Amino acid sequence: MCEQPAPETRRPPGGRDDDEVFLPDANCTSASVTFLQELPSYRSILRRRTSAGGTQDRRQNNQGFVRPPAAEKRNLVEGTGVENEAVVRSIREYALNIPEKRRLRDIQEANVKYLSGWDQWKQTRNKSWKKFLDEIKELSSYLELWRNDIRSIEGKFGTGIKSYFSFLRFLVMLNFIIFVLMFSFITLPSTISKYGVLNSSYVKVPSESIELRCRNYTINGPKELVYFHTYIIDLLSGTGFLEMTSLFYGYYTIDMVQLKVIKYNVPLAYLLTTLVCLSLSLIWIVKRSVEGFKQNLVREEDQFQSYCNKIFAGWDFCITDLNASRLKHSSLQYELKTDLAEERLRQKKADRTTEEKLRIYCLRLFLNIFVLALLSVCFYSIYRATIYSQENISNDSIKMMFEGNLLVQYLPSIVITLANFIAPLFFSYIIRLEEYSPAFEIRLTLMRCVFVRLANIGVLLFSLWNRISCGNEKCKPCGYNYELYPCWESRVGQEMYKLMIFDFIIIFAVAVFVDFPRKLLVTYYSCKPIQWCGLQEFGIPENVLEIVYGQTICWIGIFYSPVLPAIATVKYFIVFYIKKISLMHTCRPSKRPVRASSSNFFFLVVLLIGLVLAFIPLGLSMTYFRPSKACGPFVNFNSSWDVVPHTIQGFPTALQKVLNGIASEAFAVPFFMVICLIMFYFIALAGAHKRVVDQLREQLVMESRDKLFLIRKLTEAQKHS
Amino acid sequence: MGNKQTIFTDEQLDAYQDCTFFTRKEILRLHGRYHEMAPNIVPMDYTKDPDVKLPIQLIINMPELKENPFKERIVEAFSEDGDGNLSFNDFVDMFSVLSEMAPRELKAIYAFKIYDFNTDNFICKSDLEKTLNKLTREELTAEEITLVCEKVIEEADMDGDGKLAFADFENMISKAPDFLSTFHIRI
Repeated sequence: MCEQPAPETRRPPGGRDDDEVFLPDANCTSASVTFLQELPSYRSILRRRTSAGGTQDRRQNNQGFVRPPAAEKRNLVEGTGVENEAVVRSIREYALNIPEKRRLRDIQEANVKYLSGWDQWKQTRNKSWKKFLDEIKELSSYLELWRNDIRSIEGKFGTGIKSYFSFLRFLVMLNFIIFVLMFSFITLPSTISKYGVLNSSYVKVPSESIELRCRNYTINGPKELVYFHTYIIDLLSGTGFLEMTSLFYGYYTIDMVQLKVIKYNVPLAYLLTTLVCLSLSLIWIVKRSVEGFKQNLVREEDQFQSYCNKIFAGWDFCITDLNASRLKHSSLQYELKTDLAEERLRQKKADRTTEEKLRIYCLRLFLNIFVLALLSVCFYSIYRATIYSQENISNDSIKMMFEGNLLVQYLPSIVITLANFIAPLFFSYIIRLEEYSPAFEIRLTLMRCVFVRLANIGVLLFSLWNRISCGNEKCKPCGYNYELYPCWESRVGQEMYKLMIFDFIIIFAVAVFVDFPRKLLVTYYSCKPIQWCGLQEFGIPENVLEIVYGQTICWIGIFYSPVLPAIATVKYFIVFYIKKISLMHTCRPSKRPVRASSSNFFFLVVLLIGLVLAFIPLGLSMTYFRPSKACGPFVNFNSSWDVVPHTIQGFPTALQKVLNGIASEAFAVPFFMVICLIMFYFIALAGAHKRVVDQLREQLVMESRDKLFLIRKLTEAQKHS
Repeated sequence: MGNKQTIFTDEQLDAYQDCTFFTRKEILRLHGRYHEMAPNIVPMDYTKDPDVKLPIQLIINMPELKENPFKERIVEAFSEDGDGNLSFNDFVDMFSVLSEMAPRELKAIYAFKIYDFNTDNFICKSDLEKTLNKLTREELTAEEITLVCEKVIEEADMDGDGKLAFADFENMISKAPDFLSTFHIRI
């Protein structure tokens, strides 16, 4: 019934001057091919492929180019009809070669004179504005930090690893901005006034109204005979000479700074700047993660279209390095094999008997209990280490030896780092026994590691709180343990400072003293066990968790140590170079491939979790804990937050009423309900969109099947008639 | 913005700026790269639009393309005669489409051309097998290759003809989140 047409010679390659879209295949006769060629959808594909300057009707041609990206009116400038929104840049987005685009452009320009004067002016203005924006973009790209470094990393290792380094750069900039804010609003006014620059004066916090016992705050500074090592200990642990500098909370014992006519309320500034910095971090992170979130929402599960993604969007065209391309080939191969293995596993799972299922669930329960036990061991050891460290710090520091003193100071940091190192090893071992699918395995291990790292900081803070506050007689006069901690915020700041310094030392030490000798060993000794061990793998999730941990410490410490962001900026700046050198020379990139799109989202989600964790201690210490009465700007208040109502009382009555109204329940509850309603609406909308997408997809499939069926029927009918 | 260069007229540079995603500086830089591949053939003066084409062998040895498994197909897709001989216009066009500012729809059109090895305007099973072999350097077994090709057709083919037409391909690409970032060459 279907004749095989004479085999045509291969159509002229390049495809641009073709008139054929469908090759006649075995099932169709030339009759059905004619039908196919007459379909409107086919004709529009045809128009898209032919060139602009042909002899065909220009109007018909031009309409065929319509491929409007989202919100732009897309009418080509024509002989008579003219649209003033014909943005010139739309020429770039046509799939033509350059001489044809130039012809199009000439047509557009020739038609400009048909526009009215107003439209002409608008067009030229649009053009020059666009050119101006392009030039600004080019200039600003020079200001981008580490542009060339990240480019070379992208070229050698692909976009997955590049996203890690972009993330690091983002953190450097975030910390820098936070530091600039904290410095200009908190540190600068205090320092100016203390040194009497610019004729400023300050009012110190009145201390007569406070009990004498609470005010007793002396620093164990160096007295007569001073060993050099005390300076080193002080530098590394924030005690001694560092304690009274602007690094810590205790320095800011100022109530008001008077600069000519301006009265600057330091406690209020301190509180508000801290809140603003954290909110700024939140907004910036959310803004950056919105893009990744949108994509995650569209892709329901990880398995959607995974093979197509790997084949057609898997090869990173940016790769220029031989080793990197070899790695990419092997990682693509690995990914495909893993996917096929997962497919087989899914098959196996479906075939599991009830007995096996029971066994697996029992095993998983047991392993989860084991994980919980492991976590409690970690938490308990951190708790005890903190208590021990705090008890022994109070001893006279001169009596102890240098190493002993340092060890005691850094004991909590050491224990936390050990826990952060050991727990993931256990997790990666037991996850294999739990028999989940590979994608879920990775996610679960990561979640567990994130939890361990952040919860460790929480336990440290909790043990500190325990010592600072107490329920018995000791704390009655001042509200906290004034004997041990006359200035407890500075002490918390010191702990955060120590954690940060130690984290940096560890990153540096691991890179220099572990990875580098390992690389030397692997390169120069070819005995079996060493070669089997191999180079250190540059695993992205582990590295990301490391930086997020450091950043969480920085956020928690902002309130207690306003200059901490500066230290964080310098630390991440140096860490960038350490990691870059480590990646290029001493590590091999991980074989498990990391996709750029999902990894960006993952980094930001983990960072967001850290930020939320940082809000908790801050909120508690602002509202619940009594600020210390011997140091700091909040001496006169019962809680740090009290400075805000106190200031509001100084406002005019009308403003007071408004602000009180906003803070009252009568406003907050309806506001909250409205926000909830809006959120539910958007969730429902997103769900509806997803359903519509699925329905349309099904419809498309049905439509094309209908089309083929009808064409076959028509052909048959034609044959018979 | 001095007029120190004599390679192109200002009018030509403006036209290039409008027709591609490159700025004037980048276009001049591209001309430098094009010239240095064959300094004897490529003239420094392009004001008269000389008709010079570089053969495919020179282009695929560029460092940006050398490690790409699809380098021959990329060059063939952008050449006018389909054999891979690129004039400067084709050269600029190629890198413009592959730059990071080109929109998804435009990239999808050319990606389809690249992956269509037998240029029949369909990505059929043999095209997929060739793509897969180039991607994995023929390390997969025949059975695995067949399985993967079947999966791909199952995922993307919507009209049930066993091969991917451009509409299927484009629909699939619009849902591939990595496409924009991977289908991109820096020059």
